[in-house]
Amino acid sequence: MANKALAADPYNLIITGVGGQGNVLASRIVGNILSDQGYYVTIGETFGASQRGGAVMSHLRISSAAILSPQIPKGRAHMVVALEPTEALRVLKDYGNARVKAITNTRPIYSVGVISGELKYPSMDDLKLWMGKLTQAAWFIDATDEAVKLGNPILGNVMLVGALAAVGELPLDKNGFREVIARTMSADKVEINMTAFDRGVASIR
Amino acid sequence: MSVVWEGKQGTRHLLMGNDAFARGIIEAGAAVAAGYPGTPSSEIIENLAQASKATNMYVEWSVNEKVAMEVAAAASFAGLRSAAIMKQVGVNVASDFMLHLSESGTRGGMVLISCEDPGALSSGNEGESRPFAKMFEIPLLEPGDFQEAKEITGWAFELSEKIRNLVMIRSVTRLSHASGNVTLGALPQVRPQAQFKHRGFFLDPDTGPVMTFPVEYKHQLMQQKLKQAVELFEDCPFNRYEGPDRPKVLIVTSSACYLYSKEAIQLLGAGDRVGLLKLGTTWPLPPKFMETHLSRSKVIFTVEEVLPFLEDNVKIMAADLAERIGVKKFHGRADGTLPTVNELNPDLVAAGLAKILGVPYQAVDPEYARQALECAFFGAPHRELAFCPGCPHRASFWSIHSALEMDGRDGFVCGDIGCYSMAFLPTGFSTLKTGHAMGSGTGIASGFGKLGRFGLDQPVLSVCGDSTFFHAAMPALVNAVHNQSDITIVVLDNSGTAMTGFQPHPGLTVDAAGDQVPALNIADVARAMGARVELSDPFDIDTTRHKLLGLLRKGGVNVLILKQICALSPEKKGRKLFAVTLDEAVCSGENCGCNKLCTRVFKCPGLKWDAEKKSAHLDEVICSGCGVCASICPSGAITKKEAA
Repeated sequence: MANKALAADPYNLIITGVGGQGNVLASRIVGNILSDQGYYVTIGETFGASQRGGAVMSHLRISSAAILSPQIPKGRAHMVVALEPTEALRVLKDYGNARVKAITNTRPIYSVGVISGELKYPSMDDLKLWMGKLTQAAWFIDATDEAVKLGNPILGNVMLVGALAAVGELPLDKNGFREVIARTMSADKVEINMTAFDRGVASIR
Repeated sequence: MSVVWEGKQGTRHLLMGNDAFARGIIEAGAAVAAGYPGTPSSEIIENLAQASKATNMYVEWSVNEKVAMEVAAAASFAGLRSAAIMKQVGVNVASDFMLHLSESGTRGGMVLISCEDPGALSSGNEGESRPFAKMFEIPLLEPGDFQEAKEITGWAFELSEKIRNLVMIRSVTRLSHASGNVTLGALPQVRPQAQFKHRGFFLDPDTGPVMTFPVEYKHQLMQQKLKQAVELFEDCPFNRYEGPDRPKVLIVTSSACYLYSKEAIQLLGAGDRVGLLKLGTTWPLPPKFMETHLSRSKVIFTVEEVLPFLEDNVKIMAADLAERIGVKKFHGRADGTLPTVNELNPDLVAAGLAKILGVPYQAVDPEYARQALECAFFGAPHRELAFCPGCPHRASFWSIHSALEMDGRDGFVCGDIGCYSMAFLPTGFSTLKTGHAMGSGTGIASGFGKLGRFGLDQPVLSVCGDSTFFHAAMPALVNAVHNQSDITIVVLDNSGTAMTGFQPHPGLTVDAAGDQVPALNIADVARAMGARVELSDPFDIDTTRHKLLGLLRKGGVNVLILKQICALSPEKKGRKLFAVTLDEAVCSGENCGCNKLCTRVFKCPGLKWDAEKKSAHLDEVICSGCGVCASICPSGAITKKEAA
């Protein structure tokens, strides 16, 4: 069984973003680290149309007792990890509550409506204000910008996994992360992912 | 995922539902698996194909689902275990053969896995195939979680061999594409041998020919097989009851809805009043087992997706058992306790259950909900689906749309199934005007093309993808040529079944297992059928539009093949054809004659209108370097240079 406790049991985590940002991979990494520790992990995902600019969401349920519904009940998220800032708000609308926490990447991905000027994309100041209102605690991380510095914007997802580990609500440790990465990725990609994870951890301090 | 075929017995892994099905097929020692890609089913064949060298399984992506089922049936006739795998609409395609197969019966265990999409998360419909099991008189199984997805697959093969008929397993997106912990079983040791025995007595099920004749005899046999299945269902390990002895409400459910129902009971704290009858065998229902549990309560609440299939069958069974179990009150999809359309979730089930119990249920604090709605209204602008940056479809539809405008005769395009279905949206310039099943675009066009005698003088076009061309558009093309319809078919050839993840198809030189195979050339096929064929690169907008305009003025059947590999394909992803630059000083934006054509109409995600600078802006992280926008910018602000 697990070596550290969950902040809540079951713990409901939502990882959200836009198709192509590595949402599914992030949820699998977190899920595998916790499954390796003996937890029951259920992940519900929406993909298929996801590569094509749509909003995507992974629901993770971590429990010491049982497999659960792959959809989290409305208003019951403990944590929202958003690869795209406006997607955090979209998720909170349905799954938020006064005690929810959130880790948000600051890099916008504009929808077709915003690109064409028909819809307005909110300012980062407004986004931070609203996120503050709707959460008990909110962290904002320049994950994509940092990942670009590491050589690949896709590493933003792993940075957020690092940040999630640093927040300390789930028993996610560096060794568990390394094991999962080593198992699921080619050897040449392990170190760069470890670096991204560390940067994510550091971003919370 | 290599654990699917390499994972050791007794080890525990986080597996997707489709991984679990694949493992179940491997553990069962199946020798052949065939399918056609379709969300949410594709990962099963993908796993089996990757495993095929290690497992010595023959795995193919068939040209369509009917052929997939026929290929799998051949293996069964030769005494091997086999699986056919498809999404719900694929079962419609296979259904003609399936009717005959269920009547002829099978030899080696044969299982159909249908992965369905309640809520149409990745489909053009939320149709379901459970009624086929009833219609074709075969057993239907529905796993309730990930471990069961694996176990029920093995059980289905055994059942098929006991009754000598096809067994159907139904999954849904929330199982197939969800993940949970699965403990693995043993891998098979025996290498199966194939032989088709056909010289025996005409009616001998082991050695005679395999066919539906004599029909009445075979039909009777088929019904006996189903009866045998029902008897086995009475003690099926996938049917169970959880809850108090005499609950106020009995929930009858299966599949992902079992997990929703369990959670709904918890949300309402109603575990002392509500019982849960979880069924793994949903057709036919085992009468003794059902009698035991329907007797528990006067109120029956059926929770399922999407149509009231289980509910109807429970009602029929309750009518048969009425003398012994008494009169029941039924709730479910049919009486509106649950919505009549769309997928379910724990909240919808909780709300329905609360209504029946007469207790309040509030998912979210209303003040929080109001604030969150307000913030999301301003803070989360709608995200409409769009073609990817560098998608050849955007360029193709740009040319098709503008050619039709220039032609000026109110021409229109009949759509089909693939990423390009999205061209009914602004991302494809709202070009598609009909949208139905695989291959239907060309079939419908063939019909429109014969309406000239009634005064229809609009140019008629259809589109189809390369995989769709082989799957179902070929017969429609034959039809149009033979019946002398006047149409232009645009084949959007992006070198793979792109929407579902680049599975190979008959137009490519690799098969499911990655081995070299002969490719069929779409242009040669269409020419041989008698169509006038032209080819173009959709990224070359001027040439494409010019060719299309020419074809629109010609009668008969024209085929224009627009060939350009998908932007997300492994061969192309991350590799830019061109270095594209946008000179914001040259862009005159709103004052240009084009009035922001690139961001207002073309709408590639790589370009954004910057309202402050009054100029278009190019996002280099998103731009994939197709260079098409350089051809549409009239002021020359966007330029492209061949990438080094």
